[in-house]
Amino acid sequence: MLPLGATAGGLNFMEVFVQQVINGITIGSLYGLIAIGYTMVFGIIGMVNFAHGDVFMVSAFFALIFLLLLTSWFGIASMTLALILVMVVSMVLTGLLVWAIERIAYAPLRGSFRLAPLISAIGMSIVLSNFIQVAQGPRNKPIPPVTRDVYTLWEGANGYPVNLSLKQIIIWVVTALLLAAFWYVVQKTALGRAQRACEQDRKMASLLGVNVDRTISLTFVIGAALAAVAGTLFLMYYGVVVFSDGFTPGVKAFTAAVLGGIGSLPGAVLGGLLIGLIETLWGQYVSADYQNVAAFSILVVVLIFMPQGLLGRPEVEKV
Amino acid sequence: MNSAVKPSDKAAPDFGRALKDGVIIAIIAFALLGPLVGLKTDQNMANELILQNHLGLAAILSAVVGVGRFLLSAFVYPRIAARGNRSKAAATLAELEARARVTRGLSITGLIFLFVYPILIISLFGVQGSIKWVDNYGVQILIYVMLGWGLNIVIGLAGLLDLGYVAFYAVGAYSYALLAINFHLSFWVLLPVAGILAAFWGIILGFPVLRLRGDYLAIVTLAFGEIIRLVLINWKDFSGGSAGISSIPKVTMFGIYSFDVSAPNNFAKVFHLAASSAYYKVFLYYLILLLALLTAFITIRLRRLPIGRAWEALREDEVACRSLGINTTNTKLTAFAIGAMFGGFAGSFFAARQGFVSPESFIFMESAVIVAIVVLGGMGSMIGVALAAVAMVGGTELLRELDFLQVVFGKGFNPDQYRMLIFGLAMVGIMVWKPRGFVSARQPTAFLFKRKTVSGDLVKEGHG
Repeated sequence: MLPLGATAGGLNFMEVFVQQVINGITIGSLYGLIAIGYTMVFGIIGMVNFAHGDVFMVSAFFALIFLLLLTSWFGIASMTLALILVMVVSMVLTGLLVWAIERIAYAPLRGSFRLAPLISAIGMSIVLSNFIQVAQGPRNKPIPPVTRDVYTLWEGANGYPVNLSLKQIIIWVVTALLLAAFWYVVQKTALGRAQRACEQDRKMASLLGVNVDRTISLTFVIGAALAAVAGTLFLMYYGVVVFSDGFTPGVKAFTAAVLGGIGSLPGAVLGGLLIGLIETLWGQYVSADYQNVAAFSILVVVLIFMPQGLLGRPEVEKV
Repeated sequence: MNSAVKPSDKAAPDFGRALKDGVIIAIIAFALLGPLVGLKTDQNMANELILQNHLGLAAILSAVVGVGRFLLSAFVYPRIAARGNRSKAAATLAELEARARVTRGLSITGLIFLFVYPILIISLFGVQGSIKWVDNYGVQILIYVMLGWGLNIVIGLAGLLDLGYVAFYAVGAYSYALLAINFHLSFWVLLPVAGILAAFWGIILGFPVLRLRGDYLAIVTLAFGEIIRLVLINWKDFSGGSAGISSIPKVTMFGIYSFDVSAPNNFAKVFHLAASSAYYKVFLYYLILLLALLTAFITIRLRRLPIGRAWEALREDEVACRSLGINTTNTKLTAFAIGAMFGGFAGSFFAARQGFVSPESFIFMESAVIVAIVVLGGMGSMIGVALAAVAMVGGTELLRELDFLQVVFGKGFNPDQYRMLIFGLAMVGIMVWKPRGFVSARQPTAFLFKRKTVSGDLVKEGHG
């Protein structure tokens, strides 16, 4: 994650800071979208879905392939239409992929010993990234910029501009809309109720007629669909994707989930935004080289000193 | 489109269901493989991305998946169901004893085989031809066996999931590389130093994180592993950055014979042998074999000491341990430090063998591979870990040999690129098939009256 607009200067302190905050919120939104997948799965079956970062990467590839398909084969000229179609297709296919992964690699291990699903997920993560490397080639996949529109908010001394690009606005708006829709699903629909019930007490929920297996599968699928949105937006924002892109955003999103309090949905979004902000500001003011070190250090510090996170419930040790 | 390939003429009722399964799975597979395999993104002359049409290949692959699912549903699942409710956990004592006897026999034959392996290879392939088999297979696998046994102390005995083990491997490798180059110290001096430094780092990293449990511990150790790697990349004055450190001195045969071509006491020269790197490889082979056996020996002895018993007790029930007065922090720290120490030994050996270290060798994937070896081997079982290392590392290494497949799949087919893909699939497959690993029988060191073998299902995995 490169710091964007990294012309530091004491002269334009305010401008640089605001610019970095804008960039940070943008990246943070993506982390938040991915983090929801981690936090929901952890909440419902207590498993760190290690392959989630790679699912995000695969979704970016789905988006890439369908964008090319729509623009070059079907000749759709309208970028807006293409983007919307691509996002929907990517969500559906990623959901399907994760449904298949869950059936193959995780569902048989339910009720097995605790490390089994984690190991299986690590294996899945290796499978996904190497599968993409083999199937799509190891090189960077650049696309032409979807839009170049940039709005200058104001200019500081020496004409240093504070920019807000259309891409960033798209990311903010899409993230906000998606989160609202997601919130509605979790709070108001039967599926969301079943999900929350399973999270609290799986055995009791199944006694009351909730199809626990199906609910868990759908939890995975919903998390994957949100990761697919993040993947599409990631591709649009950076204009490039490569098979190894899953690991680092995956770990950062997991950090976000932990920071916000694992199991807590608003926490995941809050954590994502915080991680995005900390990362960009660290890159701007401390050291761009050690940007990822900062993100990993936050993870360590948070886990050691406040493992329940910002909005999470403290874990009670049961004998 | 895929239904055409199905043997649709079989109309028996349970085949009908299997057929339906197969068709549905084939359609799902095509929906996923169609874009990912069927439409390959590639760059054209103008550096623009274009799509290449491989939809035929995707269709074939989906059909294979569908047929596979059909066969599973039609033949394999009914058989598993027919085998009845004989639970996997409830293997009888006699069976377990027999399995343990096989394991013991296997380890003795294995040990003898390991010692004669280089001699066998040299007599089969000649001195020069032996290099590949001794180095790529022998030394490579034994490094992973040693790492697996080292990590086995942490995961298998103490029940702490460490996803950053490669950090200690890196500490060992860089300790040897830097100290040997800057201070011209010999491998034999630096081997213990590297181990001590790695153990020291184990304590430093372990101290704050060992309060954490299970998955959290795993993620924190992962983060530490990545932090160490990123620091090695970015602190260029210290570690040479991502360019790494090259021309690391070779191991000498206890200072008596050297393996440097220019040295007067060169091994081949002294014995008037034809110059070849094979002697060094054979020497390295026995060195890593002895190091690995040292790890195994110490682990076996430690299991019978109070500290080893405390580790296993900790793995079974941390709360009970604490209430019995075991200092859980110290117990965990020793496991972490001793595991790290063996990682450090292996690391310094690795640096000496390669002659070159760079952060690229210490990526997370290495940690994942080592964890996979330990878990797939059946956590806590020494022979299982060794078998898993042979299967996973040797098996994937074998893929490099499959050049004849080019005849089948056409020129440019490189089986090597499927190495990690197959590794990952094997990891998932073995987990689903045998969550307890290859060797799931255990022999507790503390027993009443008579030593008994128990099933691995009775062994807990610890809370971290």
